[in-house]
Amino acid sequence: MRPILQLRGIKAFYGQSEVLHGIDVAIEEGGMTVLLGANGAGKTTALRAICGTVRREGEILFAGQRIERRATEDVARLRIAHVPEGRGTFVGLTVEENLQLGGYAIRGRAAANMQRMYGYFPVLAAYRRRQAGALSGGEQQMLAIARALMMEPRLLLLDEPSFGLAPRIVEEIFAIIERIRRDEHVSVLLVEQNASLALELADHAYLIETGSVVASGTAKSLADNPQVRRSYLGY
Amino acid sequence: MHQFLQQTFSGLGAGAIYASLALALVMIYRATDLVNFAQGEMAMFSTYIAWTLVNAGLPFWAAFFITLFISFAGGMAIERIVIRPVESAPVLSAVVVTLGLLLIFNATAGWIYTYTLQEFPSPFPDRPLFGALMTTRDLGVIAVTLAMLALLFVFFRFTSTGLAMRAAAQNPESARLCGVRVGRMLAIGWGLAAAIGAIAGIMVAPVLFLDPNMMSGVLLYAFTGALLGGITSPVGAVVGGLIVGVTENLVGTYLIPSQLKLTVALGLIILVLVFKPNGLFGTAIVRRV
Repeated sequence: MRPILQLRGIKAFYGQSEVLHGIDVAIEEGGMTVLLGANGAGKTTALRAICGTVRREGEILFAGQRIERRATEDVARLRIAHVPEGRGTFVGLTVEENLQLGGYAIRGRAAANMQRMYGYFPVLAAYRRRQAGALSGGEQQMLAIARALMMEPRLLLLDEPSFGLAPRIVEEIFAIIERIRRDEHVSVLLVEQNASLALELADHAYLIETGSVVASGTAKSLADNPQVRRSYLGY
Repeated sequence: MHQFLQQTFSGLGAGAIYASLALALVMIYRATDLVNFAQGEMAMFSTYIAWTLVNAGLPFWAAFFITLFISFAGGMAIERIVIRPVESAPVLSAVVVTLGLLLIFNATAGWIYTYTLQEFPSPFPDRPLFGALMTTRDLGVIAVTLAMLALLFVFFRFTSTGLAMRAAAQNPESARLCGVRVGRMLAIGWGLAAAIGAIAGIMVAPVLFLDPNMMSGVLLYAFTGALLGGITSPVGAVVGGLIVGVTENLVGTYLIPSQLKLTVALGLIILVLVFKPNGLFGTAIVRRV
């Protein structure tokens, strides 16, 4: 399979300090790839480097196109959707307005997409006129995913969708992600702390430690890797 | 009683103008966390443009709409050229830039048009209405303000660009991730604020007469209105502006000599800051770290 996204020697910086030291990552079209690693390893920064919300160096190829010099809004317009850390909800706007913003760049089909999202997430339809800030954590996570899908993404970047949620809600959200991935033909790059869950769903995985890739391969091979088992799976 | 109502209506006429300028201040504050001290002088300069067009023989309303268009373009240009370079600088640098703009506009207007008072035509005749309770001029000013507010409401509430502007003001990074061109939204915000200010200037000029310092008092009242309503709330700006207009007029009529009217504004600012720092409709300012 050919990769839809390739990072080649990507470095990323916060101010003067380099937090990614030249990582190489390839994401297969239609697949789900997961970035594993401890807190502060640079997983979130890798996603931010793709979107250009952090200063980066190196090469990023999306569907064969170089995109590392593009502004964040232009990366989004290539239909790379990012559900950021902290969900990025517009808390002062209604649920429906949040979804409209997700479809901002593809105005013509926004109404139809919104109906599809309400199909995946009936709770959002019930709360469509409510302020997004009044939703529960799980509902806000659903809203964030739905908002990202509104732009008909070719690549979906998901930053810790399980963060701060009860196990039951996490299962529900990942079941929806699985379903959406099949139905919407979207490639997914997932950042996740919950390694056992992530390795079950993903087909490829990368292990990042202090800004470098230290192991990579199929999800199965990483699940069998003794280092991963000891540090991230706990057995 | 008659005098009381009369002064209240006349206060609403003035308050509508303060409300417009306060709204312009709030729009820029919400988008960029910046108080634009040049808002009054920008409005004054726009009013001179309208004056020039009227003197060139254009009908009043033609001059009015052309001026709004020029002001909108000018406001966008100011954002692009002067404000954008200090966007990521400390907020004090940006404030100093707006103070610089204030001086530049004031001096340029004085240089081009001199500091002589100029008569400015009113589109509304000054006739008494409802048994001299109010004048057609006050009614006209209030009507123009309401029409402008209605248009702005429809724009922000029902158009895709209006929604994108609200999103960009609230959470710029998320807006970018949705493909919103945040820089362009800020420029449009400055353009709109400049056009709103132009309306305030054109409406107040027939009363105050036109000169480069015309807006200094009006800007102070507008600040008071914006603070009273809560500097983050557009509705608050309008309500605050109207309250300030009425208060100023009534206090000036019944309590203190009208020469001291401007101190009413300062008194109100102090009261608001001491007792209700977030204003009537404002939300607590949370620092984003």
